[in-house]
Amino acid sequence: MQAAALRPGTAGPGPWIAFGLILAFLLVFLILPVGTVIYTAFVNEGGVLTLGHFANFFSQGVFRESFFNSLWVALAATFFASVIAVPLAYLTVRFEFRGALLIQTLGVLPLIMPPFVGAVALQLIFGRSGSVNLLLDDWFGFTVPIMDGLVGVTFVESIHYFPFILLNLVAAMRNIDGAMEESALNLGARGWRLFRRVIFPLAMPGYLAGAALVFVKVFDDLGTPLVMGVTNMLAPQAYLRITSVGVDDPLGYVISVIMIAFSILALWMAARVMKGKDYATLQKGGSALQKRRLTAWESALAYGWIVLILLVTLAPHIGILLMSFAKVWSFSVLPDAYTLEHYGTVFSDANHMIGNTLLYCLLAAGLDVVIGTAIAYLILRTQLPARRWLDYLASAALAIPGLVLAIGYLRLFKGVQLPFTDTPLVGTWVLIMLAYAVRRLPYALRSCMAALQQVHVSLEEAAQSLGATRLSTIRRVMVPLMAGGILAGFVTSFITAAVELSATLLLASTESQAPMSYGIYLYMQSISGRGPGAALGVLAVVVVGLGTYFSHRFVERSRATVQAKQEG
Amino acid sequence: MQRSLFTATAAAALAAACLTAQAGTVTVLTSFPKELTTAYQKAFEAANPGIKIEILNKNTTASVAYVRELPEGQRPDVMWASAPDAFEVLSSFSLLQSAPEVVNKSAPAKIGNYPLNDPKGMYYGQALAGYGISWNTRYLKAHKLAEPREWTDLLKPEYFGHIAISSPSRSGTTQLTVETILQGEGWDKGWAQLLEMMGNAAAVTDRSFAVPDGVNNGQYGIGIVIDFLALAGKYSGYPVDFVYPSMTAVVPANIALIAGAKNPDEAKKFMAYTMSVPGQQLLFDPKIGRLPILPYNMLKAPAGYPVPQDIARRAKVQFDSQLSGARYPVVISLFDQMVTFRLKELQGATKAIHEAARALKVKPNSKGSELLAQARSLAYTPLVGAENVKNPEFLELFRKSRRDVAVSKQLTGLEQMWADKARANYERARELAEQARGMAK
Repeated sequence: MQAAALRPGTAGPGPWIAFGLILAFLLVFLILPVGTVIYTAFVNEGGVLTLGHFANFFSQGVFRESFFNSLWVALAATFFASVIAVPLAYLTVRFEFRGALLIQTLGVLPLIMPPFVGAVALQLIFGRSGSVNLLLDDWFGFTVPIMDGLVGVTFVESIHYFPFILLNLVAAMRNIDGAMEESALNLGARGWRLFRRVIFPLAMPGYLAGAALVFVKVFDDLGTPLVMGVTNMLAPQAYLRITSVGVDDPLGYVISVIMIAFSILALWMAARVMKGKDYATLQKGGSALQKRRLTAWESALAYGWIVLILLVTLAPHIGILLMSFAKVWSFSVLPDAYTLEHYGTVFSDANHMIGNTLLYCLLAAGLDVVIGTAIAYLILRTQLPARRWLDYLASAALAIPGLVLAIGYLRLFKGVQLPFTDTPLVGTWVLIMLAYAVRRLPYALRSCMAALQQVHVSLEEAAQSLGATRLSTIRRVMVPLMAGGILAGFVTSFITAAVELSATLLLASTESQAPMSYGIYLYMQSISGRGPGAALGVLAVVVVGLGTYFSHRFVERSRATVQAKQEG
Repeated sequence: MQRSLFTATAAAALAAACLTAQAGTVTVLTSFPKELTTAYQKAFEAANPGIKIEILNKNTTASVAYVRELPEGQRPDVMWASAPDAFEVLSSFSLLQSAPEVVNKSAPAKIGNYPLNDPKGMYYGQALAGYGISWNTRYLKAHKLAEPREWTDLLKPEYFGHIAISSPSRSGTTQLTVETILQGEGWDKGWAQLLEMMGNAAAVTDRSFAVPDGVNNGQYGIGIVIDFLALAGKYSGYPVDFVYPSMTAVVPANIALIAGAKNPDEAKKFMAYTMSVPGQQLLFDPKIGRLPILPYNMLKAPAGYPVPQDIARRAKVQFDSQLSGARYPVVISLFDQMVTFRLKELQGATKAIHEAARALKVKPNSKGSELLAQARSLAYTPLVGAENVKNPEFLELFRKSRRDVAVSKQLTGLEQMWADKARANYERARELAEQARGMAK
């Protein structure tokens, strides 16, 4: 905002073109398709506009109750996710820590939790007759109903979505100028005070980006409450009404509209908090935060805490791994017997799914960071009117059930051919990829915005005064400086797209197009398919996890080269 | 360089995506598990070289939406699923076409009292399924519980918190189970039984498969399920078992030709195959575990395999599918408002009632017994009377389109009233039961 004030009138046609392109993309692949479905919420039987459905909604006690339940769960989950993520981020970025990279990668794994498998695995570990409760019952004669009701939903959501905060916070903390810390140390700030007054505030854009995502995602999340059998929340209420076979109930769409409005409100409030504050620091890539050593006691404590957290958050993955090798696992702490044959089944008939997942998700995530960076640039560095609306529009995708988007696509693109061929668009995987891109755009967008907020505008001005054009400034200066945040966005989009199911299920028109999430769903529909389903889930986690690890390595290495160059 | 490689890959994949759906491919839209569909795919392709079967697996909701949204000529060819309601919906949108020539004449016209094929001739019974009770043997042993045999067993206090069911509004198969109990016992008594049973429920799930899945892994002790889901678990080595209560109905899983299909002729061949002798024989595969429609003298059934006609004959209830269809929306909506969304309160009331009954058994008290009877009646009486559900005007309301604001207002008002009343009744029942228990001290 400061930037634009400094350079009024520099906006050439470039930003306008970018604005137009993004708006067109959002219009065609988000607003219009969704509009063709949810306009039902606003019209009467004959197509006359009405707000009657909204009035009906607010008069229903179940819905008021659902609204407050969703709100409560979203707030609680954001709090607990912060409790998990902030220490992990702080310890691994600030201190000399063996395996920091491994911990950061493992910390992302909870996001790669294929639907159905994750819930089944968690039930096997923490459920009513899960390993933990069976052991507790054996040893102490009591059980902990942690998977029950709203508490259970909060528990699962916190350990599932805390990586949103972790990823963005780590990226933000790495961007803090070491000089800030040195000045603070010189002025006498130490320990907790240093963290609370200097480091955490400087990393605020990253934290808020993550926390806002967790809040909105949990508020809109459907899968978790559904598989845990909690129906008194907004998303399940909408879903149950939209998917009742043969009943076209507009109230389902009313709930969707309300969720969209509320999500935008939450993001708007997060933006308000940031408004008028400047988080940009000038030095980049030079001296980052100092890494310090921990004393023996401190490191024992830190490692203990990290191991405990990782054990809880990775419990579903441990569960899946066991399931994928298990012959029969029923009402026992561990499976009865082990086998490798599930992996054989998966490799013999689901190979193409791995390739499909990689193809769709890489394309979708790539599209997301390009659009995300562009929107961030438009919002933070230009004065175009209504530019914030790009953010709100894109973020509305968070609140739209995958099923609604998919129905919209089928309806809107009916009869449209793929350019230069006579293949109908609805029969190709292009729509699946676009659905991923649209649904996961909000994640990439938040990270890109946070990254750009930390880049000081003077750096661009310096580049421009040295004769760089606007485009080459973006390419040679800004994008490299934002790399960490863009990568965080890419990784989140990629990972979460890899486990998308609801839109995939409707849009897949042949089995050869099916990605892994579809394959997992397919296997998990039968008793004898649980093993292969879990095996495919493990493969998904490994493939996506490796991708994440290597992109971290890539960024670390490029930082190292930059530093080496500066020192040499 | 990297970018151009990426573009090239994308372009190649795009080209590959265009090469689908040649002539001679039958696309089958189904919600059945992979084991079943793969078995039929392989057997049919071996018997009919030149025809390829493409299986498209979607859940029932997605299937219906998918067919509705696709233009004619691009739709899949065959719909193959359990839930009769999905076929009814497709049929009402004229998305099915009749293909009477595929029906196997050797199959009976009725199983018990249930017509095997759609009376309007749009979809046909391909296999049979019965409903019953499944349980995890390890779970029951660990909790020292007896194996249930009848629905009424599930009302006993010792089963509190051990039962799972899927909601009838989500699962067409559960709707049939609920309707079977309602028809067998009569509306009022049936509901009383259902509500008392649901008071013992640990969960009301949104997917049919979640129930057998939870029973298999020991999360729930007892599940109310369709036979093949439980039998497939048993034959895969899980410690589960299954029983048909005497109050059960045997109903068909269906297959239909979709209107505007790409390859109707080959599709009909596939449909006919599923109902032929070799097609029916496949149902006995332990991983599939379904009941055939053809009489057993035409097939080689494994020893001890359940005989659908016997189960249907033994069954106490003569299932009336017309009655079931007429009150379908009322039953599922009432179930959701009284059970699915109010499960916590219903459990609370039931727990208090069980405790009071136990206390009064030890120390009888006539005033206490009276209060307990009141509590039971409050908690286990349906909010819609038997007379009301016969009223055509009342039923008509549920048939109207909810897109009309006035209709929607009336219906949501009604649902709101049920929800409030159910909550108040459960709350009052809990108080009364607690008072009754206090008197036994």
